[in-house]
Amino acid sequence: MRSDHQKLGFYLLIAPLLLWLVLLILLPHLGLFIVSISEKVGVREYETGFGNYAAFFNEPLYWRTFARTAIMSILATALTLILGFPIAYYIAKLTRGRTKTTLFMMCLIPFWVSELVRTFGWMILLRETGVFSQTLQYLGLTAGPIEFLYNDAAIMVGLVYTSILFMIVPLVTTLDSLDDSLVEAGYDLGGNGYSILREIVIPHAMPGIVSGCIVVFMLSLGNYLTPILLGGKDSLWFTGMIYSQFITRFNWELGSAFGFLLLALSSAVVFIGLKLSRQSLSETMGR
Amino acid sequence: MIPTVPQSSLIKWSYRAYVMVFFIYLALPLTVVCVFAFNNSVFPSLPWEGFTLAWFFGTDAPFIGVFHERSILRAIGTSAFVAVWVSALSVAVGTCNAFLFVRHEFRGKALLYMLMLLPLIIPGVILGISILVFSSSVANTLEDATGLWFDSLRPGLPLVILGQFSFITTFATLVISARLQKFDPSLEEAALNLGASKLGAVRQITLPFLLPAIVASAVVSVLMSFENFNTTLMLVGSDSPLTITMFDKLKQGSTPVLNAVSLLLIIISAALGLISLLFQKSKD
Repeated sequence: MRSDHQKLGFYLLIAPLLLWLVLLILLPHLGLFIVSISEKVGVREYETGFGNYAAFFNEPLYWRTFARTAIMSILATALTLILGFPIAYYIAKLTRGRTKTTLFMMCLIPFWVSELVRTFGWMILLRETGVFSQTLQYLGLTAGPIEFLYNDAAIMVGLVYTSILFMIVPLVTTLDSLDDSLVEAGYDLGGNGYSILREIVIPHAMPGIVSGCIVVFMLSLGNYLTPILLGGKDSLWFTGMIYSQFITRFNWELGSAFGFLLLALSSAVVFIGLKLSRQSLSETMGR
Repeated sequence: MIPTVPQSSLIKWSYRAYVMVFFIYLALPLTVVCVFAFNNSVFPSLPWEGFTLAWFFGTDAPFIGVFHERSILRAIGTSAFVAVWVSALSVAVGTCNAFLFVRHEFRGKALLYMLMLLPLIIPGVILGISILVFSSSVANTLEDATGLWFDSLRPGLPLVILGQFSFITTFATLVISARLQKFDPSLEEAALNLGASKLGAVRQITLPFLLPAIVASAVVSVLMSFENFNTTLMLVGSDSPLTITMFDKLKQGSTPVLNAVSLLLIIISAALGLISLLFQKSKD
């Protein structure tokens, strides 16, 4: 009797999990793949084939945008790491107690606020009639208004801003566990600041660097708001292309193929990152 | 570069200056958004025309404040509706998942745990389109077979709720599991020895212990749902939540009304964030 009860309890517990995973994650992605390999040949008539993927590789606009999105995301990841590392080190190693908590909270607060609001802030700052342009004119440094918005640099500023927290948090966590005496020992043995950074600090922080980079790259790749609002007419982003295939052009087959390619790239980067650092998904994401 | 090792003061001060500049960079966009909510001008930009509360309470065009702007109020209502549903569903499923993964051993557990984490690494746009494609094809099949209409499977609020639920549940599961792992099972055994039923023990002993994590994950779910953009964008129908409405207005050209909404959002999300932190702290 008792084991029957336990079995019933187990099935009741596993049912919502399976419903969620199968109906909202597995089947939709399978469906996405099936739609991506079907070609429209007539009204409500489809054939199976890789025509949509061929269209992607034959049309330079498509694959160039894809490559551009990937390269700019890599750049954003590198910039985030370079800018965020000193901050994480400062918070983890050079502050104590209340200062540490305060600085950490000051990093967190902007990220509770909607990405839309943050992007809006950058638009007010950067546009032709914006705060930066007006301030420069007021100071007499430029004669006319300057447009800082609608270019790739603006996208970069926005991407780094949006994702830097996801770099700082894992870095602070790993750097916190670095024992000061290791750094002292490095100095005792005649190391200088640079060699200690390279030989002691960075190897120790490697798990944090990897998980930070994975998350930042993923977020940049899948970002829609920042490139669309801060980028110009020529600054295409692949998510924008997926959106226009789905909603504007109503070409779901091609859009699905695009979506699948983006998913493949993002999963490949996660997989390679985890393999290189010999971590598992559960450790990195479970935090 | 640690406190016990002396450094030249030039390096020390330039390091501090960099940290200062970084925090200014963090604060700048949010500060300008808040400040221009009080500017007495129809554009959120310099020059400063004087202080006004018209963008909150104004009733005369063009100074129509947030609290009198019908479309924004309706969008806030829609967002709140979606957020409550998403939060309730995610916490309920998350709690079940936590009990399953912490308390039970079964074949395929590692695989299911991996699958449970998957939504974290799927870009939101892809999650949105995959659910859109799947639900539309289900709706098409059902409509062809039965001749009835299945509007809830077309873009609209039910799909938005499902789309947000599909990844927010992972966060709820992780937060609640972490708390359940710290639970001492002997407490529940004591309740069973004292004659409680299995369900009674869970309800009276385990769930109260989990409450801080449940509340924290509910608050975080509301926050994430309110702010979600990517997944929602693909699934939205005629009723649009706040982020979508603001995005549409932003593309048409911004007025300080958006600053006023943003200021309210900043205050609400900072408050919710702090509440969730306090609850997570109280559990240790």
